[in-house]
Amino acid sequence: MSEVILAANHLVKTYTQRSGRFGFGSTQVKALDDVSIALKAGSTLAVVGESGSGKSTLARCLLQLHPFDSGEVIFAGQDLAKLDKEALRSQRKDLQMVFQDPFASLNPRMKVGEIVAEGLLIHGLGSKTEQQEKVVKMLERVGLKAEDMQKYPHQFSGGQRQRIGIARALVLQPKVVVCDEPVSALDVSVQAQILLLLKELQQEMHLSYIFISHDLRVVRHIADEIVVMSAGKIVEQGAIVDIYNAPQQPYTQQLLSAIPGRKAA
Amino acid sequence: MSEILNIANLMITPKSAPSRLLVSHVSLALSAGKTTCIVGESGSGKSLTALSVMGLLSSQLQATGSILFQGQELTKLDNKALQKIRGAKIGMIFQEPMTSLNPVLTVGYQIGETLTAHLNLKGDALKTRIAALLTQVGIPPERANSYPDELSGGQRQRVMIAMSIACEPLLLIADEPTTALDVTVQAQILKLLDELKTRMNMAMLFITHDFGVVADIADDVIVMFRGEIVETGSRSDVLNNPQHPYTKALLACVPDAEGLKQLKPIDYAWLEAAA
Repeated sequence: MSEVILAANHLVKTYTQRSGRFGFGSTQVKALDDVSIALKAGSTLAVVGESGSGKSTLARCLLQLHPFDSGEVIFAGQDLAKLDKEALRSQRKDLQMVFQDPFASLNPRMKVGEIVAEGLLIHGLGSKTEQQEKVVKMLERVGLKAEDMQKYPHQFSGGQRQRIGIARALVLQPKVVVCDEPVSALDVSVQAQILLLLKELQQEMHLSYIFISHDLRVVRHIADEIVVMSAGKIVEQGAIVDIYNAPQQPYTQQLLSAIPGRKAA
Repeated sequence: MSEILNIANLMITPKSAPSRLLVSHVSLALSAGKTTCIVGESGSGKSLTALSVMGLLSSQLQATGSILFQGQELTKLDNKALQKIRGAKIGMIFQEPMTSLNPVLTVGYQIGETLTAHLNLKGDALKTRIAALLTQVGIPPERANSYPDELSGGQRQRVMIAMSIACEPLLLIADEPTTALDVTVQAQILKLLDELKTRMNMAMLFITHDFGVVADIADDVIVMFRGEIVETGSRSDVLNNPQHPYTKALLACVPDAEGLKQLKPIDYAWLEAAA
């Protein structure tokens, strides 16, 4: 049994929405309703659910990118929500994120080398030459070339941009990486490449992943444990093999039976 | 089996670079009551092939070859004649149900437009037909007065389907109609399309990149790679016994729900060497 590296306890997050004809009224939408998860070191925890289930909100709350109403996020023995700005910033080095849309998440005016090096610069890790070396090494590790540092994001394909996004997150040698739908915008062949790359890097760098996805086939291949969410609540959680073989909740059963291609396979 | 559509030797090139073939030597035939899936990655030419049938290619592109719809050569028709066929005898559903609907018109009105334009329906007859269509796609008829933003993504796609089948087309072209939808909604929409196809005896041309969807809905499968058809066959032949190296490679990188498969990305260099 490996130790828990990141845990969320009883997270609650409410959005206020304007409602009524002219937006004079307001309704409360519970995006997270008493959500607790635990990520074991070196493993992958998948969070699955349909649109509006709160999975992306959970990702953002875990990394303190969104404030939440109540609950706690424990990382390295500390409640991240209670940390001040400075302390949180130093923890951020260990908590990185890979985003869904490789077109929107890279600054088009920055060179790839600058994008990947920015985290090192902000956290003041190593001298200029050391930083450059790290960037080159990381880019090569994710399957890009050293000379790609001088190029801009638009010169790359979707899959290559996702590699840049991964390099940017991993160059800081984080402990936990939150991947928010990292392969859903990619062609299936590129998707397979990125999934394999993520798996290899997990082994090499002892990473723990939170993997947000709506694709239950992808999740089956990458995750060790799974959390099924619906309407802000956790419906079911457990080891991936157990849930896929014997889902207990009707919602999970419905979700699994809707996977395309199941009946013909 | 009656043949509805026959495409022969379709070539699509940019007007500015006629030597560059975006779609090359594509030939296919569709018959009534059958679903044919075109599968391929981005840039394989699957959507261009579908658009050329509707005469909706960008003006920057040039298509040559023959597209016979019920024996009529579509490539020779002018825009006016094409318009009579589009939406009436050939229906089309697109990927993004939000951008394909007009946000300031009720969905009933938008379904009605097709009926008025092609069948000249008006008044009560029109209302009755709209209500019947909505019921057919599983939406309560009183929703005719709703605006697109009051509907969920799945409902919007149902409205799109109602529009596309309004004039009882012989051919339905569906370009990735479920890609933007949640998995349970996707399953419902696939089931609905399959039922409608059978009930109305339509030929359906279904564009997708997802082999799971192919397994659920296709009778026949066409695999495209870099503008060319590399393999055609029945669903079970293509899925269980693929012949072309590209089809095999593409199938090998699709994750399965059981997690048993070892994922293998496509080795394009190897494919080119093998070709």
